[in-house]
Amino acid sequence: MQTTGSTPQTPRAGLSSLGVDIRQLAMLAALIAVWIIFQALTFTQPGSFFSAQNLFNLVIQTSVVGIMVGGMVLVIVTRQIDLSVGSVLGFTAMTLALLQSESLGLGWPWWITVIVAIAVGALIGAFNGSFIAYLGVPSFVVTLAGLLMFRNASFVVASGRTIGLPDPTFQMLGSGSIGAVATWIVGLVASAAVVYLALSGRSRRSAKGFAVRPIWAEAVVTGFSVLLILGFAWAMNSYIDPRNNQPAGIPIPALIAIAVLIFLSWMTRSTRFGRYIYAIGGNPEAANLAGINVKRMTVFIFMLMGALTAIGAAVQAARLAAATTNLGKDLELEVIAGAVIGGTVLAGGSGTIIGAALGALLTSSLRNGMVLMGIATEWQNIVLGAVLLLAVLFNTFVTKRSLK
Amino acid sequence: MTPLIEMNNISLRFGGNQALSDVSISLYPGEVVGLLGHNGAGKSTLIKVLAGAYKADSGQIKVEGKEVQINNPQDSQRQGIETIFQTLALADNLDAVANIFLGREKRKGFQLDEDTMEVEARKVLDRLRVKIPSLRVPVSNMSGGQRQTVAIGRAVYFKARVLIMDEPTAALGPEETQKVSELIQALKAEGVGIFLISHDLHDVFDLADRVTVMKNGRVVGSARTDQVSQDDVLGMIIGGVVPPQLR
Repeated sequence: MQTTGSTPQTPRAGLSSLGVDIRQLAMLAALIAVWIIFQALTFTQPGSFFSAQNLFNLVIQTSVVGIMVGGMVLVIVTRQIDLSVGSVLGFTAMTLALLQSESLGLGWPWWITVIVAIAVGALIGAFNGSFIAYLGVPSFVVTLAGLLMFRNASFVVASGRTIGLPDPTFQMLGSGSIGAVATWIVGLVASAAVVYLALSGRSRRSAKGFAVRPIWAEAVVTGFSVLLILGFAWAMNSYIDPRNNQPAGIPIPALIAIAVLIFLSWMTRSTRFGRYIYAIGGNPEAANLAGINVKRMTVFIFMLMGALTAIGAAVQAARLAAATTNLGKDLELEVIAGAVIGGTVLAGGSGTIIGAALGALLTSSLRNGMVLMGIATEWQNIVLGAVLLLAVLFNTFVTKRSLK
Repeated sequence: MTPLIEMNNISLRFGGNQALSDVSISLYPGEVVGLLGHNGAGKSTLIKVLAGAYKADSGQIKVEGKEVQINNPQDSQRQGIETIFQTLALADNLDAVANIFLGREKRKGFQLDEDTMEVEARKVLDRLRVKIPSLRVPVSNMSGGQRQTVAIGRAVYFKARVLIMDEPTAALGPEETQKVSELIQALKAEGVGIFLISHDLHDVFDLADRVTVMKNGRVVGSARTDQVSQDDVLGMIIGGVVPPQLR
């Protein structure tokens, strides 16, 4: 046996030694640029872009899409699409409301209704996924049918009414926040976790002789992450909740979204299930030959998407304190746009949870900033459409270059 | 001696196309059998039946004398049959480590054990002695030879009893081809049975103990490589003519 290893790890240089995806870096730069521009355009107003209240609002506005966008990434990575999520959100919210409401429904405790809604969402996902995987109907068609059916099904089951959800505990899911002390605890624990994971991962890899980032790059990435976490905690605590004149802290919907995104990110990177999702997207035939049950995986992925949609439904309904028949209308487009702007490639095989989270934050930042500036909805949509095109163009360019 | 693999009277039809009719073939331990024929002769289809990618309409597969059912790729792998497909069957967006272990990842609890997999992947690729600068870049960024090496590494790592190689050297340069030949010799010495599918007659004559020629989904004939000349085999491939010494 030769002693010269066939696989020397060449040290990377410059920007790439940060070990961060160039697309994510570009996203982050775009996000910061957008924020600064909006702040410059709105700083004369009482509620400028960087005001505590606006940042708090922005975080809440991003939460529902944030909860769902990770699921959409997985769907798109496996070369599918789910156009039904907006309607399914409306339908599961309506289901939840009918079970929870005392005046028009059954008056079940809120947490049971949330669990049932999630189960219904997963069931709808299983239905979509089975049609796609076992009956061979393209996902575009199956979920387009779902978009029509579930939007109108929620109208039918509610007889067109809006159902109020007065339970204050349930409403916390949409508009509650955890207060100053808990926010700092979360911030510090998260920072400690980031530092611990960086250090332990580094020492483990170097002990086994694997390539590690240069120490400065590790410090920059870890330091930046910690700064981001603590800055977020500080910003959320700067907003004084007018209901009780206390610092609001991290909104509960944001906490749910972050938890979902961290879980999905871990799942895609560190579990077999996640690995198989990307393998299917990269080469379905190879995945099949490797013994991966592609059909069953497809059903699971759509079930996950449905369950996440139902969680989004609970948050959205809680925020409005009601379920309306047009809840979640056009939301599928925002979720797909977030995923695509975040670098998910519609041809499949490529896309990250963190990128999609940034994509969702970028779209909601654009909308939020334009609302602050008093730009008409029509123009907001035109701008968002243009940004979507630019993002896809950029991603195509980066992908082509990396393939050379 | 019992054959390692016996495929008896295998037939398979795709719609109106009889891809395999009544094909029988065998493989003994430590033997290299070259499977020859034109494109569309049925070579790849036959080995895909053995690999579990297709299911035969009729016929019998025996492993070490015992009849087995191969309904999917896992069944085949469970019998110790590893396949290097002509298309390589790699997920281009994943790195070399992920591809080598695809479907059979090592885990610690719920999590993938990336470190162990990387160490093991490096070992198996070192054995193939092909330079791959980084195991952690998507295989789409690799050269044809490197990708082929990853596909071979994938099959070799799991200690096959039977190795199916469909055009294993198609994308390789002369030096890498030489390494694959050495690998085949080494595996043969370990008692591994190898099906070698190739359209390159010289390759096959150098490595194979026997050749089986297919044409239009049927076996034209089988012969020991020391019984026939390359011209005889060429006649079998092109004309379906069995040379007199085999009749």
